[in-house]
Amino acid sequence: MIALPTRRDEAWRYADLAALEALWPLPAPAAIMVPAGDTLSRAIASKGGVTQIELTLGKGASAAIHLLNGVGDYGRIELDVRLYEGADFTLDAVQLASGEQTMEIVTTVRHLEPNAKSRQTMRAIASVKGTVSYLGKVAVARGAQGTDSVQDVKSMLLDRTATANAKPELEIYADDVQCAHGATVGELDAGALFYLASRGLPPANAKKLMLQAFVAGVFDGAQDDETLTSAALAKLGEMV
Amino acid sequence: MLQINNLHATVADKPILKGLSLTINPGEIHAIMGPNGAGKSTLAYTLGGRPGYEVTGGEVTFYPRHCEEGQIHSGPTRQSSAEQGDSGLLRSARNDENGMDLLDMDPHERAASGLFLGFQYPVEIPGISNVQFLREALNAQRKERGEEPLSGGDFLKLAKEKAALLKMDMEMLKRPVNVGFSGGEKKRNEMVQMGILDPRLAILDETDSGLDIDALKVVGEGINAIMRTPEKAVLLITHYQRLLDYVQPDFVHILADGRIVKTGGPELAKQLEAEGYDAIMEAA
Ligand SMILES: Nc1ncnc2c1ncn2[C@@H]1O[C@H](COP(=O)(O)OP(=O)(O)O)[C@@H](O)[C@H]1O
Ligand SMILES: [Mg+2]
Repeated sequence: MIALPTRRDEAWRYADLAALEALWPLPAPAAIMVPAGDTLSRAIASKGGVTQIELTLGKGASAAIHLLNGVGDYGRIELDVRLYEGADFTLDAVQLASGEQTMEIVTTVRHLEPNAKSRQTMRAIASVKGTVSYLGKVAVARGAQGTDSVQDVKSMLLDRTATANAKPELEIYADDVQCAHGATVGELDAGALFYLASRGLPPANAKKLMLQAFVAGVFDGAQDDETLTSAALAKLGEMV
Repeated sequence: MLQINNLHATVADKPILKGLSLTINPGEIHAIMGPNGAGKSTLAYTLGGRPGYEVTGGEVTFYPRHCEEGQIHSGPTRQSSAEQGDSGLLRSARNDENGMDLLDMDPHERAASGLFLGFQYPVEIPGISNVQFLREALNAQRKERGEEPLSGGDFLKLAKEKAALLKMDMEMLKRPVNVGFSGGEKKRNEMVQMGILDPRLAILDETDSGLDIDALKVVGEGINAIMRTPEKAVLLITHYQRLLDYVQPDFVHILADGRIVKTGGPELAKQLEAEGYDAIMEAA
């Protein structure tokens, strides 16, 4: 893309275009190729700005990607994934936006051949005027029978002024496929918060504990799970 | 210990407590009985400070450290009071002659000053283990009181001891709070928590409901072991006489339509069981 995108571009509808302008033009996306039968595990903690990755999984290859997006005024992580026969892709991500931060993850997962699997788990929390967004397209090509894809997207708003967008999207041209997607937006359970407070936990501790539980497990098995987890916890501590 | 004077409270703008008065002294066990919808849980939640339970009149004064200021578990340790002075909470708590304005405190401050609420419907919290949150809660209370935190080892020892007292499997304490627990296990868990937090005043809202006969005995004996001392007190909300066979009340009150309409001794509970609310309230 040469020209700066506008809100009319579907993939950029929630972006912070003012922040983007300063970053434009973007460098070429990073291309990662996992050859047939190989395995890749990658943990990425974004430092802000736009990260674009093109990931290709050869026949029977698998990749587990873990993402943490929560630094800078604007953080955008884009993944364009191509899955060949029997490939296995998992994406586990946490997005945290406080203040006036805009954090977004935009994925396109292309099931190009039969029997590939994709699993995307998103947990996002926004406070104050923060915005978290997930745009996730799963495209199943003609003939990609036996496709199995899941998009599990949960967002939590800590303030009425915060925003969460979640838009799983399916584009299916095969008939024997399983594509599950669920997106929920919630707030902290007031009954649980009172229960914790009644035992002596100050509100900030109680909230932090519950948010910790909300994102718990996302980084299990990550290449660098302790670094990601402690960075996420530190940020959560600032948000409550 | 607790003085409730002409308390009025609304829930969702609906008046529920309509001039409730009650005085509880250290060493006493009070039972509150009453028909469904009388306002018993509303009283418990209002005293615990639950958001949405709005006090529209009256006062509640809490005297958590009545007779032995500065010496008991919930007072500042002698060392820390000399070294670092009092936290804000303790400064107000210190003035025991006047007591603390309970209604002016946040729920966690009420807990730190010695109030415990046993829930009629304990909340399930996925992803947070019992021991994790209890240790954090206990240490938050201790911090508020100017006490040193309890180490992981000491906490685990305490938790094991209280779980054993309530005959609860320690493994359950490591599981997420109340998730997948049966009704009876949840109530038992409430009592384990009470044992660990060691409050001055416990308000137990239908702790007996959902318990079978054996569990009732264990829980009753647990309440006695944890709370029956001259400097503690219990407000026992119950529907049935049967828990009172194990935890003998000094006073029995009948709550109806947001007020205490009758007060008596243990015999009142027996009379209720035999004759029902209607007969007794007509006479009242
Ligand atoms: N969250 C609520 N919203 C509206 N009404 C409520 C709520 N909680 C309780 N009430 C009403 O308050 C009254 C007293 O309820 P409660 O205190 O639970 O009674 P009890 O515990 O004695 O059975 C009932 O009429 C009930 O319907
Ligand atoms: Mg009730």
